Amino acid sequence: MEKINKLTSRCVPLPVEHVDTDQIIPARFLKATTREGFGENLFRDWRYHSEDELNLDFVLNDETYTGQVLVAGQNFGCGSSREHAAWALFDHGFRVVVSSFFADIFKSNALNNGLLPITVSEEFLAHLLEQIEANPEMQVSVDLESQQILETATGRVESFEINAYKKMCLQNGYDDIDYLISQKSQIEAFESARN
Amino acid sequence: MAKTLFDKIWDRHVVGRPADGPDILYIDTHLIHEVTSPQAFDGLRVRNLPVARPLQTVATADHNVPTLNQHLPIEEPLSRKQVDTLIRNCEEFGLELYGLGHPNQGIVHVIGPELGITLPGKTMVCGDSHTSTHGAFGAIAFGIGTSEVEQVLATQCVLKERPKTMRITVEGELGQGVTAKDVILYIISQISASGGTGYFVEYAGSAIRSLTMEGRMTVCNMSIEMGARGGMIAPDETTFEYVKGRDFAPKGEAFEQAVADWKTLVTEPDAVFDKEYTFDAADIAPMITYGTNPGMGVKIDQAVPTAGEMGTDSERDTLGKALGYMGLVEGQSMMGHPIDYVFIGSCTNSRIEDLRAVAEFVKGRQKAANVEAWIVPGSMQVRAQAQEEGLDAVLAEAGFQLREPGCSACLAMNEDKVPAGKYCVSTSNRNFEGRQGPGSRTFLASPIMAAAAALTGEITDVRQLM
Repeated sequence: MEKINKLTSRCVPLPVEHVDTDQIIPARFLKATTREGFGENLFRDWRYHSEDELNLDFVLNDETYTGQVLVAGQNFGCGSSREHAAWALFDHGFRVVVSSFFADIFKSNALNNGLLPITVSEEFLAHLLEQIEANPEMQVSVDLESQQILETATGRVESFEINAYKKMCLQNGYDDIDYLISQKSQIEAFESARN
Repeated sequence: MAKTLFDKIWDRHVVGRPADGPDILYIDTHLIHEVTSPQAFDGLRVRNLPVARPLQTVATADHNVPTLNQHLPIEEPLSRKQVDTLIRNCEEFGLELYGLGHPNQGIVHVIGPELGITLPGKTMVCGDSHTSTHGAFGAIAFGIGTSEVEQVLATQCVLKERPKTMRITVEGELGQGVTAKDVILYIISQISASGGTGYFVEYAGSAIRSLTMEGRMTVCNMSIEMGARGGMIAPDETTFEYVKGRDFAPKGEAFEQAVADWKTLVTEPDAVFDKEYTFDAADIAPMITYGTNPGMGVKIDQAVPTAGEMGTDSERDTLGKALGYMGLVEGQSMMGHPIDYVFIGSCTNSRIEDLRAVAEFVKGRQKAANVEAWIVPGSMQVRAQAQEEGLDAVLAEAGFQLREPGCSACLAMNEDKVPAGKYCVSTSNRNFEGRQGPGSRTFLASPIMAAAAALTGEITDVRQLM
């Protein structure tokens, strides 16, 4: 997993509530058997009117906005457990998603893939979206160590929560699986005690 | 401290925890399918690891499989490749696979219960959000991502933060034409598509207790649609009766011992939940969704909400966007809206009781000429049983196609797609944009509501035809 610690970037605003995993990556693109290449089809049906006609109104096709930070409406990532949603966002170049509320499975999939989900208050989210709209070049600075996100143009800072263990994993690029494998004897002891 | 049902099962399965970390949760049964497992098996190969507990792993092919001519090779190359990859992975890692042609094949959440693999007190996971279905037996069951599928394959454990607990109590008697599907659609319409996020839900109350096991599965199945990690119902005589005699369930004395333990799996009277809701069964009517998430539902005789009824600007935007996609207008009546397709199937409503209810309802009647009506059973066993009971003939006479088992038009990874712009009344669990095919428009409803719409060619109150 790729490490993440500090990042300063412009933002891509997607002020839509309940963005479900079928929008992030439609089911017909789940047929790949590797983790690569999902970025091409990120938000496929919102990005395209038809097979090859781009929807120029959709934010990913709007050159005004760019960056590694996606700022989304509440309940982002609801629906499926498909990790392909996190892979597609990461593959496209996003490293941070900001929302006032994430669906649980999406959040853990993101954390397992070096994509940092930052939960902010609805008020901060609304303010951030306004600032981005007013000044698309505005950047945010994310600092995982101090658990803060800063609007560079206004100096406004919001703190965010993250589980200490998951924070350590992201900062060091550790996978849960490495940790679990290191606990093999404890798992076996647990199994013997039950049987 | 008095414990909830959830606490009791979770605590039994905690192996340990890293400092300030999530719990290491031991998984009794891991269900896998072709879509979310290939990258996990690749991970094992990279690390040169075996599957830790192959006997606790059950595999089936369901998402990509065709529902016609299953005896022939899968035509769509990418679907075929994904199913073939599962076959190869199961061979290489020594796993039992209920693949195409196997009498146990079917939707992963249908075969677990029918084979007696799903049991009270277990922890169960699968790379599929509707794993919550198995909670109907009083198990902790939830969906996981592919990285977690790899964790479970490698160690039989998953790292999970303990969720908060919620109890949803539904008291009273359900009215005529009101089914388990209406109960859950009603609950989600009340607490919204995100109202359960962060929680594990226990369903309780006399209306829940009165449901059959298959009805309970329908309720738990859609827990994820309100954002909950999972749903569960305390096991009782209905549960024990259903489990008894199934292939993988304990037998004889072992069964009696198991039942004695399962009877302890109840929430203690003084236990405290992080959140509680109580609903009156009498307030529930046959439901229909109008929007693009499962929380956007109304009673069949209610109108589509208006922007004025929404509390916030973003809710108004969400409503406007959804109605634009659905081709509906605020304040319109749902009843009488023309439809093109009916899909009865999916892990929510493809069980034998669903097929029986539909067959009984349509017997001697004819579907509307302009409606395509697909019935996709959840498993080979359900299909065989439907044939044994003669349901296939009844359905065929009414103009409904009984197809072969799989996930089918729930998410349209196989050939079964609803064309762009067409309306489908579906018994599946999600009405997301494009869920049943790009541009498709989905109304979620119960099997008998879907059947009623198939007969009239428009959204209909099933009670008018009963």
